[in-house]
Amino acid sequence: MKARVHVMLKDGVLDPQGEAIRHALGALGFSGVDGVRQGKVIELDLSDGTSDDEIARMCETLLANTVIESYRIERL
Amino acid sequence: MKAVVTVFPGSNCDRDMKVALERAGCSVTMVWHKDTALPEGTDLVAVPGGFSFGDYLRCGAIAANAPILAPLRAHAERGGYVLGVCNGFQVLTEAGLLPGALLRNAGLKYICRTVGLSISTTNSVFTSAYEQDARIALPIAHHDGNYFADEATLDRLEGEGRVAMRYTDNPNGSARDIAGILSENARVLGMMPHPERAAESAHGNEDGARLFAHLTEAVLRA
Repeated sequence: MKARVHVMLKDGVLDPQGEAIRHALGALGFSGVDGVRQGKVIELDLSDGTSDDEIARMCETLLANTVIESYRIERL
Repeated sequence: MKAVVTVFPGSNCDRDMKVALERAGCSVTMVWHKDTALPEGTDLVAVPGGFSFGDYLRCGAIAANAPILAPLRAHAERGGYVLGVCNGFQVLTEAGLLPGALLRNAGLKYICRTVGLSISTTNSVFTSAYEQDARIALPIAHHDGNYFADEATLDRLEGEGRVAMRYTDNPNGSARDIAGILSENARVLGMMPHPERAAESAHGNEDGARLFAHLTEAVLRA
């Protein structure tokens, strides 16, 4: 089984990389991009039966820094 | 004084840290990240700069879960001294030994130059060598030194006198110009600037040498 973990900076945490991407899109002529946030996607190849709690613990311990990031677990 | 320098794959300021501590009169042991104990009688653990584990995932995140962190945490909990510089500061925040986090520099660029700092508290063995509000200069060399914490945490750090030093001309977007912070008991210091790179006359700047000299003296006196 697989799971995908989406890690994003929390609202209110400045994302300078997202800002740089927004500027670059504007420079390429794409108008109407009001904001860009850049995150991470981590795919986990897991043993069958791995619980949601276990994946959440992986996120809390290592995959996300919950001081600045939020995460969302997606089962594939 | 017995000091220990932790070494992770990708640490690159570990030997500079050792030399700076030795010049201040410490006996220094290097410990590997897989070690599970600190040498008997360790007074200070220094977590050096570099790119531990290639900065993969987040700077300091993988090092913060390395085996050596368990005895380091225990050392801090019994009131031992810990100094984290640059990547070491990132490791200490990732490990939860200091609050907040270090984000990508606001200007997105890696910055390597000497910056001005002001000493915000003299109430720690790390900063008591300096006068309150003293201006010093130390080198920085980082891509992720933009200190972040929520407003309540920042207020608490300021209220408790735990901001150790501030940038006089903020280079990286750090909240409230913070360059270094202390733990609640003021025995753990995390700082982005490199005192070990300003520790002898050949460096052209000895502002950092005072930190090590005074720290060594203060710990021996304590």
